[in-house]
Amino acid sequence: MRDDIFTKRRNGNLVFFLALLILSVGSIIITEYDVIKGFTSITKAVIWGGSNFYPDAESLRILPEIFPKLQETVLMSIAATTVAAVLALVLSLAGSQTTRINRIFSIVSRGIASLFRNIPIVAWAMVLMISFSQSPLTGYLAIFFGSLGFLTRAFMETIDEVGNNSIEALQATGASYFHIIFQAVLPASMPQMISWLLYMIETNIRDATLVGVLTGTGIGFSFDLYYKRFDYHAASLVVLLIVITVIVIELVSNNVRRVIL
Amino acid sequence: MQFKELIVQETNNICEQLSSYEDRHTSFKELFLTKDTINFGPIKLLDRASIAMRTVILFLTVLTIYFFSTLDYQSIDVLKGFTDTFVNFKTMLLNPYAQRFTLGEAFYNVVVTLGLAFLTTLIGGIVALLLGLLAAQNLAPKQVTNLIKGFVAIIRAVPTILWVLIFAVAAGLGSAAAIIGMSFHSISYLTKAYSESFEDLDRSVIEALMASGANWWQIVFQAVIPSSVTYLLSWTFLRFEINFANAVAMGAAAGAGGIGFDLFMAGGFYFDLREVGFITYLIIAIAIVLEVFSTNIKGKLQKSI
Repeated sequence: MRDDIFTKRRNGNLVFFLALLILSVGSIIITEYDVIKGFTSITKAVIWGGSNFYPDAESLRILPEIFPKLQETVLMSIAATTVAAVLALVLSLAGSQTTRINRIFSIVSRGIASLFRNIPIVAWAMVLMISFSQSPLTGYLAIFFGSLGFLTRAFMETIDEVGNNSIEALQATGASYFHIIFQAVLPASMPQMISWLLYMIETNIRDATLVGVLTGTGIGFSFDLYYKRFDYHAASLVVLLIVITVIVIELVSNNVRRVIL
Repeated sequence: MQFKELIVQETNNICEQLSSYEDRHTSFKELFLTKDTINFGPIKLLDRASIAMRTVILFLTVLTIYFFSTLDYQSIDVLKGFTDTFVNFKTMLLNPYAQRFTLGEAFYNVVVTLGLAFLTTLIGGIVALLLGLLAAQNLAPKQVTNLIKGFVAIIRAVPTILWVLIFAVAAGLGSAAAIIGMSFHSISYLTKAYSESFEDLDRSVIEALMASGANWWQIVFQAVIPSSVTYLLSWTFLRFEINFANAVAMGAAAGAGGIGFDLFMAGGFYFDLREVGFITYLIIAIAIVLEVFSTNIKGKLQKSI
C-alpha cells in the first residue's frame, strides 16, 4: 500500500513537471524568447543601470516640470477610484445576493461588472483617446472604467460575506429596505470596502503610468518622453518619484487598515 | 501615581467629549467611573475606526473635487466627448469585425500572449518559491524576512511598464525584455502570497521534524511545500490570469508582440474600432476560459487533499 502511494505521487509529479516542460518549450518557441539573452540581459541591465540609470544633479532641473504631472496622475487615480467606488457601491447593492431588489437588477449589474472588469485597459485607452485625445480625462475615464468592474465585484463579495443574520433581524422588526442598507449592510461592510478602495488607488497609480505611456498623459508620458530622448538620468528621476509616491501611499493605507479592520 | 492621574484625566476628557452627545453628562460619568460593565453605545460615535474611515472618505472626496476643479479641459467639449465615446463604444461592441488579419492569425497571436504570460508566471513562480521560503517567518530569521519583504515592496512600487522599458534598453524591445520585466511583479506578488501560505503551517510540524534531526531542506520539501501546494498552485493560476492581462498591455505599450500589439495598432494607428471590438471580445473570451479553468482546478485540488 505504502509503495503505491509513493509511486502514485511520483508519477503525478512526473506528469506535472513534464507538462510544465512541454508548455515552457512551446512558449519559448512561439514567443521567440531567447532564453540566454533573457538571462544575460539581467546582468547587462544591472551594469547599464548602475552606470546610466540614476538621477544626477543635472536631471534635477526637470523637477518643476514633473511635479505637476505627478500630482495630476495621483489626483486622477484618486478621483477615478473614488467616483468608481460610489458607482460600484450602487451596483454591488443591486447585484449582491443579500441586498438585491430583484433578479433582473442583479443579473444586469453582475453583467456590467464582469464586462468592465475583463475589457483590457488598453482597449479603454484606445477608445477614449479617439474622443478625448491627450487630456487628463482620457486617463481618468480609462482608470475609472477599469476600477468600476473590479470594485463592484469586490464590494459584492464583501456584502455577501457580511451575511444575512443582521438583515433578517432588521426585516423582522419591519425596517424598510433603505433602513436595512444604511443601518446594517453599510456599517458592517464599510471597513472592508475602504480597504479595497485604498488597494485600488495603489494599483491605479501604477496603471495610470501605463495609460500615460499609451495615451501621452500624466507622469507616464513624462517618463516616455525622457526615455525616448535617451535622457536616462531624468527618466530615472521619474521612476524614483513614482516609487516614493507608491510607497508613501502604501504606508498610509496600511496604517489606515490597521485602525479600521 | 502619575499613571493613575493620567487615566483619570483621560477619562474626564472622554466624558467631556461625550457630553456633547449625551445630555445626562453627570450620570454617565458616574457610571463610567464606578462600574466595570457599561453600555458603550454613545462612544461608538467617537471610536478610532469610524473616525479614521470618515477622515479617509472626507479626504478622498476633497481630493476628487479638487481634481475636477483644477482639471485642464484643453478646449475639449466634454459632452461631445461622452456622446462620441458612447457611439464608439457601441460600434466596438456591436459590430466587431477583423479585416487586417484572419481568425487563425488572431488565434496565433493570442497563443503568443498566453506564452508570454506562461513564461512570466513560470520564472516568477520559481524565484518566488525561493524568496517565499526566506520571507516566511516560521522558516527564516527575522532579519532575512524583513529584508526580503522590503525588497519585494520596492519591486512592486515600480509599474510593470517601467520595468519592461528599463529592460528593453539592455535586451532590446521584444519578448525577452517583456518577460523579464513582467517577472518582477510576479515575483513580488507570488513571494507575498507563498510566504503567507507557508506561515499558515502549524509550528508543531516543523518542530517535530527538527526534533527528529531533519535539516532545513528536508523540512521544506517534506512538510512545508506538500502541505501548502494547493494554495501555491491556486495563487499561481491567479497570477497567470493577471499576467495574461499584463501581457496584453505590454504587447501594446512595449512592443512585446501578441494580441496586445494588434490591439494597439487597431486602436492607436488605424483607428479601427470594429477591429478593437473584435480583439476585445477575443481577450474577454480567453479571460473567461482562464477563470473557469482556474476555478475548476482549485475545486479539484481541494477535493484531492
